Amino acid sequence: MLRTETLSINMGPQHPSTHGVFRMVLTLDGERVVDLVPHFGYLHRGIEKLAEGRTYLQNVPFTDRLDYISGMSNNLAYALAVEKLAGMGPMPERAEYLRVIMAELTRLANHCVAIGFLLNDLGAFFTPVLYCLRQREYIVDLFEMASGSRMTPSYIRPGGVAGDVPPEFLPAVRKLLAQMPSFIDQLDQLLTGNEILMARMQGVGVLPPERAVALGVTGPLLRASGVPYDVRTAEPYSVYGQLDFDVVTEQGQDAYARYLVRIGEMRQSVRILEQALARLPEGPVMAEGVKRIRPPAGEAYARIEAPKGELGFYLVSDGTPNPYRYHIRATSLANLGALRDMCIGHLVADVVIILGSIDITLGEVDR
Amino acid sequence: MPFLNNLFGNLQDLISSWLAGFLPQWGVDLAMMAITTVALLAFLVVVVMYLTYLERKVLGRIADRPGPNRVGPLGLFQPFADVLKLIIKEATTPQGVDYPTYILAPILIVAPALLVYAVIPFGPRMVPTDINVALLFVVAISSVATLALLMGGWGSGNKYSLLGGMRAVAQMISYELPLAFAFLGVVLVTGSLSLVKIVEGQPGYPLALAQPIGFLIALICVVAESNRAPFDLPEAESELVAGYHTEYGGVRFAMFFLAEYIEMFTGSAMVALLFLGGWRGPILPPYVWMLIKVYAVLFFMFWLRGTFPRLRVDQLMGLSWKFLLPLGMVNVIVMAFIDKLHLPGGFLPGLAASIVILAVAGGVVRIGRRSPAVRTARPGLRVKEA
Repeated sequence: MLRTETLSINMGPQHPSTHGVFRMVLTLDGERVVDLVPHFGYLHRGIEKLAEGRTYLQNVPFTDRLDYISGMSNNLAYALAVEKLAGMGPMPERAEYLRVIMAELTRLANHCVAIGFLLNDLGAFFTPVLYCLRQREYIVDLFEMASGSRMTPSYIRPGGVAGDVPPEFLPAVRKLLAQMPSFIDQLDQLLTGNEILMARMQGVGVLPPERAVALGVTGPLLRASGVPYDVRTAEPYSVYGQLDFDVVTEQGQDAYARYLVRIGEMRQSVRILEQALARLPEGPVMAEGVKRIRPPAGEAYARIEAPKGELGFYLVSDGTPNPYRYHIRATSLANLGALRDMCIGHLVADVVIILGSIDITLGEVDR
Repeated sequence: MPFLNNLFGNLQDLISSWLAGFLPQWGVDLAMMAITTVALLAFLVVVVMYLTYLERKVLGRIADRPGPNRVGPLGLFQPFADVLKLIIKEATTPQGVDYPTYILAPILIVAPALLVYAVIPFGPRMVPTDINVALLFVVAISSVATLALLMGGWGSGNKYSLLGGMRAVAQMISYELPLAFAFLGVVLVTGSLSLVKIVEGQPGYPLALAQPIGFLIALICVVAESNRAPFDLPEAESELVAGYHTEYGGVRFAMFFLAEYIEMFTGSAMVALLFLGGWRGPILPPYVWMLIKVYAVLFFMFWLRGTFPRLRVDQLMGLSWKFLLPLGMVNVIVMAFIDKLHLPGGFLPGLAASIVILAVAGGVVRIGRRSPAVRTARPGLRVKEA
């Protein structure tokens, strides 16, 4: 046997496929990963500390900037936490349905981005990602219609939503829903059966269900390991309890299964959106008297199924208008915990795919 | 029409008879060589410039966007802008490079890429030199580029470059073998290594019909040889930044780029010459037919790049050594028999035999996949606990 040395290689923070400013130090034996040390914090903005100096309402815009791909979902999780903390009663029906519509649109947009960039990491030169981003564009246009902003909506707020949607919003959503299934089919046709894609992703980044649960992984990552856990059904919030949809699971436990779960969830989101649109009642979109939120001393934790997994906000109040402590259970950070486990033993090329299949946003990892 | 058909031959006659008026015979020969070379080089550079434009347009259309459209009408001057940008850019040399290797690599990579055009014909009288081992010459010279890639990877003193360079060498050596076997099938039928004789010795139909396996192998290998998607591992940007040319900028980078595109063009020309009947075709002048066929192959390469994800290193090697090479060998043997048996029916016996071979190969692959040893192997797991 030849005596060989391991090679230590630094991937990031300026590497093209680390999805932002994530950095990994890889120890390689040839091209095989022996060890992986993730480094993050390059995008740390101290949001949790900043929040302590601001009122509950002023904190809403910060949540947009966590996972900036899915701002609406972050708003929703935060709003739920504040409502729980302040003990606000049931929100107006219309507001709840609008929240669900926005959250599911966000899921569609997020999965578009996740699949597109995963394919880019796989080396498909920009075609799938551009198809996906085109589709996402229609969705962020809807967000702009409702909130005036494409990526940082701050639309869902404690007490309801910022304002009613304009009259042209609902027809636009229906139009999007009409063409969304054909887009998903197109994506499915182009990618799912592709020989190279399957060869690259099957058996790559295997995460057994026990390990996934032990690491606290959630979202598509967990469901791709065969665990049918979804906060929307496990602990229904908003009006999800009244809607009919399936929790998509796959048994593959690998990157390919994660891709399939995302495709399946996009189909389910379309289903949810259709029901929500059909049931959307008339009425107010903001609860009465939430101008000044001054929750009693205490603590609350609220969680939702964000597109990337379980997103939770833990708030502690000391009775003042500002939160005493504001903690985010960031989905991407928790899911990143499984990275080293999944990567060891694979090739460098697989590391990129595994990272892509986790689907992280650095804004949320570093906060 | 006959004048157009032999446009370049006539031009050659015209110039050489004019030169013969005041130069001795050796002077005429030398001058003609110089003129041909300069014309060919100019042609290649223009071809490469517009190949980049074409590629970006085609990829753009595939990805549902317009492609370059800012510089000039339809973006037609984009290549000039790109070249200008590359030329006026400062060529920086990073610290820690192995200078002689670093600086020689871009030169060494372009030279063989251009050299093969000495023997590639574009029409009946459109070849600088018709040597009788032209095919061997092309295969041999294009392997020299491998050395330059390794030099670039090593000389840069960058780990990503080194990995890219090593990948490039492994890949190019692996894919040269099946490529040679694919070419061999054609040589068996036409009985010559001269590219002119190969085209002239082909039957009245494109050999791709009689030897579809050889054609497919050649197509795949040509894409792999020129390091193009889905075989662009040496420069896989999501893994290795830019591979062996990470540390090169300005004109030095342009040289790598030029070589890659010339190699693409060479590969397409070889496929067109050997499998698509070269310049032969009805009505249009021969060189037009040749270019149509070359661009058809190039379009196929763009199409692949626009659609397919990238293979992994071990899969890439496996494809070559475990699949294409044995398939190429079987193909050569079967084609040799068919050629010697003189079966009637033109290309039909070859086509039928190829379909049978492919079906058997497909079956073998399917059985191989089912064996659990291959399926569940998690590559060499050696966990070092932190």
